[in-house]
Amino acid sequence: MDMEILLQILISGLLMGLIFALIAVGLTLIWGVMDILNFAHGEFLMLAMFFSFWMFSLWAIDPLWSLPITVALLFAIGVGTYYLVIKKVLNAPGLTALLATFGLSILIKNLAQFFWTPDFRQVQGAILGEKTLSFFNLNVSLPELVAACGSALITYLVYYLIFRTKTGRAIRAAALDRDTALLMGINIDRVYALTFGLGGACVGVAGALLMNFYYVFPSVGGLFGILAFVTVALGGFGNITGAFYAGILIGIVETAGGVFISPVFKYTIVFVMYLVIISIRPKGLFGW
Amino acid sequence: MEILKVKNLTMKFGSLAAVDEVSLAVKKGEIIGLIGPNGAGKTTFFNCLTGYLTPQNGTVQFDGHSLNGMRPNRICRLGLARTFQIVQVFREMTTWENVIVGAFCRTANSADAYQETMEILKFTGLYEKKDSLVGNLTIADHKRLEISKALATRPHLLMLDEAMAGLNATETIAAIDLIRKIRDRGITLIVVEHVMEVIMSLSERVVVFDSGKKIAEDVPEKIVKNPRVIEAYLGERYHA
Amino acid sequence: METSALALFKKPWVLITLLVLLFLPFTMNNIHFHHVLIMFMLFATLSQAWNVIGGFAGQVSFGHATFFGIGAYAALVLLKRYDLSPWVGMLIGGGCAVIVAVLIGYPVFRLKGHYFAISTFAVAEIAERLFANWDFVEGAIGLPAPVLPEGWINFMWYKTKMPYFYIAFALFVVVLLIAYKMNRSRLGFYFRAIKQSHEAAEGLGIDTTKYKMVAMAISAFLTAICGSFYAQYILFIDPPSVLSLDISIKIVLITVLGGAGTVIGPILGAAILIPLSEYSRILLGGTGKGLDLIVFGALILFISVYQPQGLVGFLRKTGKS
Repeated sequence: MDMEILLQILISGLLMGLIFALIAVGLTLIWGVMDILNFAHGEFLMLAMFFSFWMFSLWAIDPLWSLPITVALLFAIGVGTYYLVIKKVLNAPGLTALLATFGLSILIKNLAQFFWTPDFRQVQGAILGEKTLSFFNLNVSLPELVAACGSALITYLVYYLIFRTKTGRAIRAAALDRDTALLMGINIDRVYALTFGLGGACVGVAGALLMNFYYVFPSVGGLFGILAFVTVALGGFGNITGAFYAGILIGIVETAGGVFISPVFKYTIVFVMYLVIISIRPKGLFGW
Repeated sequence: MEILKVKNLTMKFGSLAAVDEVSLAVKKGEIIGLIGPNGAGKTTFFNCLTGYLTPQNGTVQFDGHSLNGMRPNRICRLGLARTFQIVQVFREMTTWENVIVGAFCRTANSADAYQETMEILKFTGLYEKKDSLVGNLTIADHKRLEISKALATRPHLLMLDEAMAGLNATETIAAIDLIRKIRDRGITLIVVEHVMEVIMSLSERVVVFDSGKKIAEDVPEKIVKNPRVIEAYLGERYHA
Repeated sequence: METSALALFKKPWVLITLLVLLFLPFTMNNIHFHHVLIMFMLFATLSQAWNVIGGFAGQVSFGHATFFGIGAYAALVLLKRYDLSPWVGMLIGGGCAVIVAVLIGYPVFRLKGHYFAISTFAVAEIAERLFANWDFVEGAIGLPAPVLPEGWINFMWYKTKMPYFYIAFALFVVVLLIAYKMNRSRLGFYFRAIKQSHEAAEGLGIDTTKYKMVAMAISAFLTAICGSFYAQYILFIDPPSVLSLDISIKIVLITVLGGAGTVIGPILGAAILIPLSEYSRILLGGTGKGLDLIVFGALILFISVYQPQGLVGFLRKTGKS
């Protein structure tokens, strides 16, 4: 087996995996804190990508510079979704919350399709463009590299926020025991809104970074969404570190599967792997 | 004749032993009172016996069967039933529907199960409210419903976890009466309670837990004078 | 408590509704109208089948199209390659669906609700991809039904939709009876108990894993039967038309809109969503597909937030009580 091919697969897989990880981290955060599986997460990503695209297309703002705007927009959408939808289904039986976000995802996806058509869009001529770096016979796409590094950085920032700051402590308290946290004076409502906003922000970053080299269309949220769910489940619901490692694993498996078996089946392999792992470890790889 | 024999049961969460080497033998037809301060491990003990938790150590023999590693549903079908401290009723069903779920444990025939359900409801005094949605029931009724559901499975041993919490004086007397009637049907009982009058008047023997260990086991009159028991409840300085 | 299934027919409004339904196609000799009626009954039946596992047992599956597809492909493939009558193919398809359901169910049912839901997504995606690349079933090209003389043996008609209507009607009534009877039997009570409190159910002697599998098996079997019917009706199938996520979603939406966990819910839901979907596709052509889904999405959102019990809950509040 050619060492170079293996390394190439590992690197490409790692890069995509880091991006998957960031998307999953946003999702697992929401789940861990509020016990809600946000089915519209993929659609949020799609919106982030479209916002990035339109800012470039209409006003010639490079995705790198418009990133903060995209993040702010997605944060706002997250918070808005919390107050308008999630808050009302928090205490409802299991099926309800699932279906509310599900309905939301269908609504967003089809509205996007209605207004922006199902066409594929791509950003042409961005700063990062289609440049590649070469070293030791390995090719690394620059925008992918930047996206991966950005994702890793933001993932770390989220981790830091949750585990090393006072706000993060409030979030963790609310996640562990809502009633006690309430009694200790923590404003649960605000914590939840912040968490949902944060989930949106994660996806905002990922989407803006993805736009540098990926293409967007209304249904793009579907695949990324399912992959995010699988990543979260694999890493253990609510487990940020778990989601991080699971994302990388999935990125590598997907790339390897595409090379060794067939590009057609690369996601299929990921799903099969998920089913196998989940049968052996019902709480995910690192579930608790 | 021993219906339940527990030996060296140990349940650890991490390094904390919630149940620590507890042994207990219960004879058929007895009413055993189980008391202890909050957090002593009583509910954990129940959970271990009924298969909701897997203990690290110990054996449980019930009616000639070893319960080790069995799932709750199998244990129930063998004749060991329990009520939950936080009442676990089926919220979207009516009173009788809740109970019939238990009755189906012994028969697959709807008509027979329905018959049994009505009989149980009359026995526990919930017949008038049989068509009410559980949301409309009082706390006392909720507790009765928990007991009714368990009774419908025709248990040989019934474990009641704080079935009288939140009841007023009249309701408590009625509950004690019900428990006696249950025993008269030939069902052995283990009753966890905090209300002392209840335990004293009902139990033939009292078992005391503290910090996961069984610290005393005796007749009620002697338990109240037991220094270790007093210490567990009131702390060292109040050593009478 | 009434335990006989046929007691359903003693209720006057049921009998009236069924009779009206039976005579509806004769009121308008319009092919679109007949199609909509058939689709309504098909999806009402599909939702009834989903309801067994999703509404009653409370395990939300987003992958039911898998069973639908298995039924569809079983019927047509066995007909085309082995000249097997679709009626037999239907039963074989049902059997295959049950096997798949049990195989997936066994490892996956021990999982908490969300892990299960995601697993159903995973299975559905795998199934669609597999069928699209499997030459035995003609893969992505699609599988047309062989051209055979029409009639009951071959389960196909070209000149009229009426026999399909009768079959769909029969399916509709049979599954309705099954759902009604199940609701009053131990199975139904056990499913509802499992959904409402897993722990309490176990404590009352219910083997939750076994019963969830039974629910899944029943649901899969009935769904596959519907799939076989569909294949014989449409006479051409390919992975996007019988294995897609859209079908799975539609079934879930219909059941939830109407009221999951009730016998009448799927029927109400289908009565509203299917005409909406079919007519918007007929009238608005290509873009219609997006428009009806916008309405679906908004409806589901609205229902989950304001009326989780669906139309049934809404009717109960305003009507009878």
